[in-house]
Amino acid sequence: MTTEPLPEHPEPLWRNPEPRSSYDVVIVGGGGHGLATAYYLASVHGITNVAVLEKGWLAGGNMARNTTIIRSNYLWDESAALYEHALKLWEGLPDELDYDFLFSQRGVLNLAHTLQDVREGTRRANANRLNGVDSVWLGPDEIAEVCPILNTSPDTRYPVLGGTYQPRAGIAKHDHVAWALARRADALGVDLIQGCEVTGFLKDGNRVTGVETTRGRIHAGRVGLAAAGHSSVLAELAGFRLPVQSHPLQALVSELHEPVHPTVVMSNHVHVYVSQAHKGELVMGAGVDAYNGYGQRGAFHVIEQQMAAAVELFPVFARAHVLRTWGGIVDVTPDASPIIGATPVDGLFVNCGWGTGGFKATPAAGWTFAHTLATGVPHPLNEPFSLDRFTTGALIDEHGAAAVAH
Amino acid sequence: MTEQHRRLPHGGRIDRTTTLRFTLDGRELTGHPGDTVASAMLASGIIEVAPSLYRGRPRGIVAAGVDEPNALLQLAGPCSEGMLPATTVELYDGLAATTLSGRGRLDPTPDTAVYDKKYVHTDVLVIGAGPAGLAAAAAATGAGARVVLVDEQPETGGALLSEGDGDGTGSGEAARAWAAAARAALDAAPDTRVLTRTSAFGSYDGNYVLAVQRRTDHLGAGAPAGVSRQRLWHVRARQVVLATGAHERPLVFAGNDRPGVMLASAVRTYVNRYAVAPGARAVVATTNDSAYDTAADLHAAGVTVAAVVDSRPHLSTRAAEFADATGVPVSTASAVTGTAGAARLTGVTVRALDDEGQPAGPGRSFACDLLAVSGGWSPAVHLHSQRQGALRWDADRAAFVPGGPVDDQQSAGAARGTYDLAGCLADGAQAGARAAAAAGHPGAPAPDEPPPWAAGSAGPGTVRPLWLIPGDDGDEDTHFVDLQRDVTVADMRRSTGAGMRDAEHVKRYTSLGTAGDQGKTSGVNAIGVIGTLLGVSSPGALGTTTYRAPYTPVAFAALAGRERGALFAPERRTAVHDWHVGRGAVFEDVGQWKRPRYYPRPGEDMDRAVIRECRAAREGVAFMDASTLGKIEIRGADAGEFLNRIYTNGFKKLKPGFARYGVMCTADGMIFDDGVTLRLADDRYFMTTTTGNAAAVLDWLEEWLQTEWPELDVMCTSVTEQWTTVAVVGPRSRDVIARLAPALDVSNDAFPFMAFRETTLAGGVPARVCRISFSGELAYEINVSAWYGHAVWEQTEEAGRPFGITPYGTEAMHVLRAEKGFIIVGQDTDGTVTPQDAGMPWVVSRLKDFVGKRSFSRPDTAREDRKHLVGLLPADRRTRLSEGTQIIGRGVPVTPEDGPVPMLGHITSSYYSPALGRPFALALVAGGRDLAGRTLIAVDGDELVPVEVHSPVLYDPEGTKRDG
Amino acid sequence: MLLVTCPWCGPRDETEFHYGGQAHVPHPADPAALDDRQWAEYVFYRENPKGPFAERWMHATGCRRWFNALRDTASYRILATYRPHEPRPSPQPVETPTAPPSPGDRRAAGSSGGNR
Repeated sequence: MTTEPLPEHPEPLWRNPEPRSSYDVVIVGGGGHGLATAYYLASVHGITNVAVLEKGWLAGGNMARNTTIIRSNYLWDESAALYEHALKLWEGLPDELDYDFLFSQRGVLNLAHTLQDVREGTRRANANRLNGVDSVWLGPDEIAEVCPILNTSPDTRYPVLGGTYQPRAGIAKHDHVAWALARRADALGVDLIQGCEVTGFLKDGNRVTGVETTRGRIHAGRVGLAAAGHSSVLAELAGFRLPVQSHPLQALVSELHEPVHPTVVMSNHVHVYVSQAHKGELVMGAGVDAYNGYGQRGAFHVIEQQMAAAVELFPVFARAHVLRTWGGIVDVTPDASPIIGATPVDGLFVNCGWGTGGFKATPAAGWTFAHTLATGVPHPLNEPFSLDRFTTGALIDEHGAAAVAH
Repeated sequence: MTEQHRRLPHGGRIDRTTTLRFTLDGRELTGHPGDTVASAMLASGIIEVAPSLYRGRPRGIVAAGVDEPNALLQLAGPCSEGMLPATTVELYDGLAATTLSGRGRLDPTPDTAVYDKKYVHTDVLVIGAGPAGLAAAAAATGAGARVVLVDEQPETGGALLSEGDGDGTGSGEAARAWAAAARAALDAAPDTRVLTRTSAFGSYDGNYVLAVQRRTDHLGAGAPAGVSRQRLWHVRARQVVLATGAHERPLVFAGNDRPGVMLASAVRTYVNRYAVAPGARAVVATTNDSAYDTAADLHAAGVTVAAVVDSRPHLSTRAAEFADATGVPVSTASAVTGTAGAARLTGVTVRALDDEGQPAGPGRSFACDLLAVSGGWSPAVHLHSQRQGALRWDADRAAFVPGGPVDDQQSAGAARGTYDLAGCLADGAQAGARAAAAAGHPGAPAPDEPPPWAAGSAGPGTVRPLWLIPGDDGDEDTHFVDLQRDVTVADMRRSTGAGMRDAEHVKRYTSLGTAGDQGKTSGVNAIGVIGTLLGVSSPGALGTTTYRAPYTPVAFAALAGRERGALFAPERRTAVHDWHVGRGAVFEDVGQWKRPRYYPRPGEDMDRAVIRECRAAREGVAFMDASTLGKIEIRGADAGEFLNRIYTNGFKKLKPGFARYGVMCTADGMIFDDGVTLRLADDRYFMTTTTGNAAAVLDWLEEWLQTEWPELDVMCTSVTEQWTTVAVVGPRSRDVIARLAPALDVSNDAFPFMAFRETTLAGGVPARVCRISFSGELAYEINVSAWYGHAVWEQTEEAGRPFGITPYGTEAMHVLRAEKGFIIVGQDTDGTVTPQDAGMPWVVSRLKDFVGKRSFSRPDTAREDRKHLVGLLPADRRTRLSEGTQIIGRGVPVTPEDGPVPMLGHITSSYYSPALGRPFALALVAGGRDLAGRTLIAVDGDELVPVEVHSPVLYDPEGTKRDG
Repeated sequence: MLLVTCPWCGPRDETEFHYGGQAHVPHPADPAALDDRQWAEYVFYRENPKGPFAERWMHATGCRRWFNALRDTASYRILATYRPHEPRPSPQPVETPTAPPSPGDRRAAGSSGGNR
C-alpha cells in the first residue's frame, strides 16, 4: 500500500504580512498566475517590493478548480510559442522551486472522431512539430496501445479515427504548484496578502497609482490584474472594458480507484477530458455553461452530458461514481486566446481571458506578465496577445484547439 | 457458515423466516431480508474490514448509513461495482463482496444494465422521510398539493426505524406504527408519490433537484429483466422541504480508529432496527444526551454497558434518569483518551477533564469490545448549502445550522437542529403546510397534538463539544479526523505549521473531507480541530468548506442514462439511407448525419471506387444524395432585403426562377456559411446551407430578424427534413433528366445554368429541378418531398441506367468540387478566412452593406499578405499530400529543435484527380495569390515535397463543361 | 437548471433555450462611419457585470422567439424577462424571500403544472 505523500514543511510556506502602504508592483489576484508573476518579478527581474493581493485564500479560485492538464499542442504559432514556453518552464520548476508538485508527463491524447477532426488534428500535429512541440499523429491501434481502456471499436456512434499525442504533456497537483510558487515568492520578499479585496483604483490622470482595498489603500508604481473570473469586474472599477465574458465551467472527480487510465484523454467531438490523478480519482472537466455567471456553479445537464460521453468513450467508467462536482469561472475571449499586456490605463496591465487554458500556462503567464510589468512593454511571447488585436482584427483563433468544443 | 451469534433474539425490522447467504472477503455468512451487509456482518460478529488506505491500520464498521467511512465494498456481479458503503448495501441471497482499503476497482466487463431518467414537476418536494419529512408530506398532501417524498432508505421512517424501547414504554413500536400509518396515508393520496431507495443528491437553481433511485440491486438474482437498475429523477418543485436529518460526529482521541469504535446512533440502529448487538460489553462516550438512548437500548438488549463517559460537568436530567434506571456508572467531566486492543477494541482509558477540556485525573481502564461515541450532531445541511444557503454556527447545539433562506425552500426537523421527536413532527407539519400554501394550496389541516411516543426522545440537549481530546503521551498520530483518507490531527498540525490558516487550505493540504463520505463524519470535527490548533474559539469564525453535489456518490452510468451506444447521439439518416446501405456504401459522419462516402464494388478500395465515381461524373453521369444540405424557406415581403443584409452578395434583384451562390460572414468578416439560394417568388426564397451548419444558420437568420430588424416582413422555416435532393451530374445528366422529367424542356436555352423549374416527374411526383453544379459539369438537382425521396432516387437510377448512372459519395464529391476550387466551409475555411481570402472577391458586394462588411477594412483584415486559397500541384506528380500538411518556403531549414520553422500555411483539401491524372491540393498560403507559378515545400511527415502554386481552379477553368 | 420564463410560453427549463449574451446592443446604423475601435466595440466588447445583466435568450425548442432577461449573474436569479424592444426594466433590489412566500408571486410558475 502506498503512502500518500504529505509534504514535510518544518517552516511556514509563507508569511502572512500586513500590507504596506506602497509597493513597486501590486498584483491583484493570488492565484497561480499572480503567484507566478510575483515569483518571476522577484527571481528574474529582481523586483521584490511586490504585493500579491488575494481577496480570499491563496490559489482558491480557478487554480483550485481546474483539471490540472498541462499541454502545449496549440494550433497557431503565437499560442504554441507561449504554451511551449510554459511547458519548458514546467519541466524545470520542480527543481527550481525545490518542491515536488507531482508533475507527471504522462502524455495527452486529443481524439479525432470525424474526417474533419482528422484534418484538424493532422494540421495541428504538423504545425506543432515545426514549432518544436512534440506532437504526433496516432492511428486507432496506436491510441489503443497508449490508452487501452478507450473504446476504439469502429462500431461506436463516433468511432476513434485517430488522434494527436503529446508525450511531454501531463498533469500536476494544482494546489502544490501554487504553494511552491508562493513559498519562493515569499522567500524572495514578496508580500502575499490574503483576505484583501481590491475595491477601487487610485489614479493620477490616466495613470494608476495604487489600489483601494478592504485592508486599506496601497500605492503602487505598476498594477497587474491576474484575477481570472473577475477580470471584467476589476476592469470596470479601473474604468475600461475587456472583450471578456465570464462563464461557469464545471468539473468533477470520482472516488479513488486502482490505476486504469495511464494518460490524459481529450475529445472535443464527444466532449470528454479525463485523467486519473495520483491518488486514483478520475478527474474530468465538463462543458462551459452557456450563460454568463459568477456563481462558481453550473447546471446539472452539463454534467449528465459529460457522463454520457465519458461512459461512451470509457465503458470501464460505467460504475465509477461521481463524488464531487464544482464550478469555476472562466473568462472567455472572442478568439479563445488570452490577453496579456497594457490596458487603456497607464501603469495598469492585465493578464486575463485564458478560458480553459489558464492552469497549463501558469509559468508562461507569470513569465510574460512579469516581463511586461517590469519593463512596461510586452515580452515577444505575449506581444501578439494584446488588447489591440480586437481592433486590428489580428485574432489568434484557438476555438478549434481549445479544450472545449464550441 | 458463521452463526449469527450477535443477532438479538427479538425485534428488528428483519425477516427471520428467510435466511440469505452471502460471502464477504471469501467468508460464507448469513443474514436476513432487511439486513444491510454491515448489519449482517455485525450479526456474525464481524466488525473488521480491510485496513486503512495509507497506514494499513485495522478498521471496522463505524456508522449505519451513508456516512460510513471504512466499510467499503467491491460488490461482485455481472459488472462489479466498488466503493459501496456496506452500511447502504441491502443484503440479497448470493451476494459476494470484498472489503476495500479506500480504493475501488473498475470492472472492464461491459455494464449492460439499463439506466433511465424521469422528469417530474411537483408542488412540494420533501427530502427525507423521517418524522419531520413524513409530517411535512402529510401536511402538504392534506392541503391538496402534489407532493413527492424521497428517502434514501428502503423504507420510510428515518430515525424512527432506529427508535428503541429502552425506556420500556413501547414508544419505539408506537413511533413505527405512526410512521407506517403516515406512509399508508401518503400512498393512498392520488397526487403524492413516495420514492424510497432514492437519494436526493443535488439541488440546483430554480428548485431543481436530482435524485437517484436504486430499483433492482437489492433483488440480487431476482431482479426482473427489462427493469432499469437505477433511475435518475429530475424534480422541478415549486417548494422544497429539506428533512434530511443530522449526522452524528465521532470523537477525536488517540486510537479512535480501532475496530469497535462506532457512532452511538449507529449502535442504536444496529440494536433496534437490525436486532444486532455490535459488541458484548460496551462503553458509551458522549458530549450530549442522545447517546443515553443508545446506552439504554444496549442495556435493554442485554449488552453490558460498562460505563457512560460524559464530557459535561454535571449529570443531565436524561443522564440521571438513565443512571437511576440502569445502575450503569456515568462519569461526568470525563472523556475516553485512549483505546487498547490488538486489532479489535479490548478496552478504553477514561480520564477526567478540567474546565478547559484537558485530561486532568489519572486514567481508568474499562474492558469493552464496543465504544459508542457521540461528539454531537451536525444537521445534514448539504442540500441547503448546495443552493448557497448560508450556515450559522449555533453554539448551543454546537453545530452549523441553516442560517439564511433559500428561495422556496425550508429545512425542517434535525436538518435545522430540531432534534426532539415532538419538535420534528411539529416542524415538519408546519413546513409542509407552508410549502403547500406557497405553492397555491393553503388550508393544510391543523397539526395533531404531539403523540405520547414522541415525548420520550428529547435529542442531544446541552452539548459540551470536545474537538480534540489530548492523548496520554502528547502524540497525535492516531487521533483520526478523517478515517477514509487516514488524516490525523498530526497531519493537520503539519498543515497549520506550514502556515495554512484557511479550512480550505488545510483540506487541500491533508485531503481531509475529500473521500467517498465527503466529510460527513469528519467535516465539522476538522473545523473544530483547526480552531483548536489555531486558537480560534468558535468554529463559526472559521466557517465550513463548501458542500458540493452530489450528497452521496452517483454512478456515471446512472447519469448517462439511456444516452449510450446507439442512443448516445441521434443519427440522422436521409430518406434514401436504406438504399445506400443496400449498395454497400461506406458512411461518413457529417454533423449528426450519416452520408455515403463511397460505394465500393467488390475488390475496390476507396481510391479505386472514388476514381470510378469521379470518372462517371466527368465522363458520363453520376448521382448523389444531397438531402443532408440544410434547407431554409424564407418568406415575406422583405425577404430580398433581408438576404441582402445577410449575404455578402446581392439577392434582392435575383429573378424568380433563378438561383445564386451566396456567402455569409460573421460580424468580424469571416466566412460563416455558404450555399445556393433559389428565388421561388417575389416573396419566397429557398436557401441551402452546409450540412453541419443548418441549425446554426437558421438561428443566425432568426436572431438578426428578431433582434435587429423586426420591421422586416420575413419568416424563416427549416425544411431540411421535408425535401430529398438528388444531384444528377455529368455530361449525360441532361439525358437522364429528360427521361425522368419528360414535361421539362431541358435544352440549355430553355433551362439555363442557375435556373430552376417546377415540374412533375414521369412517376407523377412533383419536383423542383435546379441547374446547379458543384462539380463544374452539367448538373441538376432534383428536389422532391422526402416522402417520395426513396422512390424518386430509384426512378433516377432507372432513368439513368442506359447511361450507366453511378452513385457517388462525399469523397468523389470532394474531388470534383476541389478540382474546381469550390470551398467546403469548415474544411477550406476555419473561422479566420474572409471571402477575399478564399479567392471570391466577386462575391463581396461593393454596393450594399451586409453583416461583417466593416470588418474587411480593419488593418489586419485588409492586409494583402493574408493567407489565400490556392491550388497546389506536387511537383513529383505522385505524392498525395495529407490534409493538414504545413507549407514552408523553399530553402527554409526544417530544424524545429533550433526554433520554430516559419510556416506559410497548410493544405486544406488534398485528393488524387482522375481528370488531371495527378494528385492536387487546395491550401491556404500567406500571400498565396502572388505566388502563382512558384514552388513551395510541403512538409509531409519527414518528406519535403516541392509543390507548385496555382489558381485553386485546376479543372476546366474556362467553364466549358457547365452546359454539357 | 434555471427556470426561464419565456414571455410567450411561460416558465421552461433552461435546456430549452439558447443563450444570446448582452441585450440592447444595436447593430450600428452606419458601420462605415465608425473607426476601427468603435467597430471592435460593437463586434467584440460586451458588458460582463457581476450582478443584474440584461441579456438575450431564445426559446430554441419552443416558440423560437428571442426575448430579454434581466438576470443576476452572481445569484443567477432571473429578475424579469421581457420582449425584445421593450425597455430594460430597472433592476429592483431583490428582496430575499422569506417563507412563506405569497402565492401570487408565483402565478407564472403556477401555469407550468400541466406542461409535462
